[in-house]
Amino acid sequence: MLDQMDNAKSMSIIVTKGTLDWAYPPFILATTAAAMDVEVTMFFTFYGLQLLKKDLDHLKISTLGNPGMEMPMMGGHMSMPNMVSMLPGVDRAATTMMKNLIKKKGVASIPDLREAAVDLEVNMIACQMTLDLFELSQDDLIDGLEIGGAATYMENALKSDINLYI
Amino acid sequence: MANQELNAEGLNCPLPIIKAKKALKGMDVGDVLSIRATDPGSVADFAAFCNQTGNELVAQSQDGDVFTYEIKRA
Repeated sequence: MLDQMDNAKSMSIIVTKGTLDWAYPPFILATTAAAMDVEVTMFFTFYGLQLLKKDLDHLKISTLGNPGMEMPMMGGHMSMPNMVSMLPGVDRAATTMMKNLIKKKGVASIPDLREAAVDLEVNMIACQMTLDLFELSQDDLIDGLEIGGAATYMENALKSDINLYI
Repeated sequence: MANQELNAEGLNCPLPIIKAKKALKGMDVGDVLSIRATDPGSVADFAAFCNQTGNELVAQSQDGDVFTYEIKRA
């Protein structure tokens, strides 16, 4: 395993979304790739920065404008009309339902996946411009992050075998 | 015989792979990790994991809903 490290494959992921459902693809791919000895860099920008906050309890899903989201319910599937999605409390209810499903199906939680990413030495970069734009403090984010901009990302992306935008 | 066992039953993608990696990391080269999983996707995933990492899938079997893999650490 060690002698393969010299020619290890690499992957970068630009993480732009900050909802509970869209937190999964980047963290699943990053942790799995790292487990397969791929050097992984994640660049968190715009709403993706939400996934770096120390506390992740605020992550929600929205059923609004999401006709593809059909939740299993009483043996069938239910999607949510936009008229209902906009009502106060619906996002929270849908989020609770999703979290229950995640637990029931043995799917990892986002905090667990992020912890695994840290364990597997995934390189995480927080976008400086987004921190400034949304007046976010680095103190609100987890430790061990690199802070950088587009050039920092490009330096990684140019030498990566795989570059993804999520 | 396996030197270490990992019960990944009930866990879904990508947890069995990540837990297997973590276990293998702490083992000696040549040691065998035995994994039990119920995720049907783990059949293709452990094959891919071993192909990519060079760890050897020395045995694999299925008993009902439970898949067992034996992986020798490279």
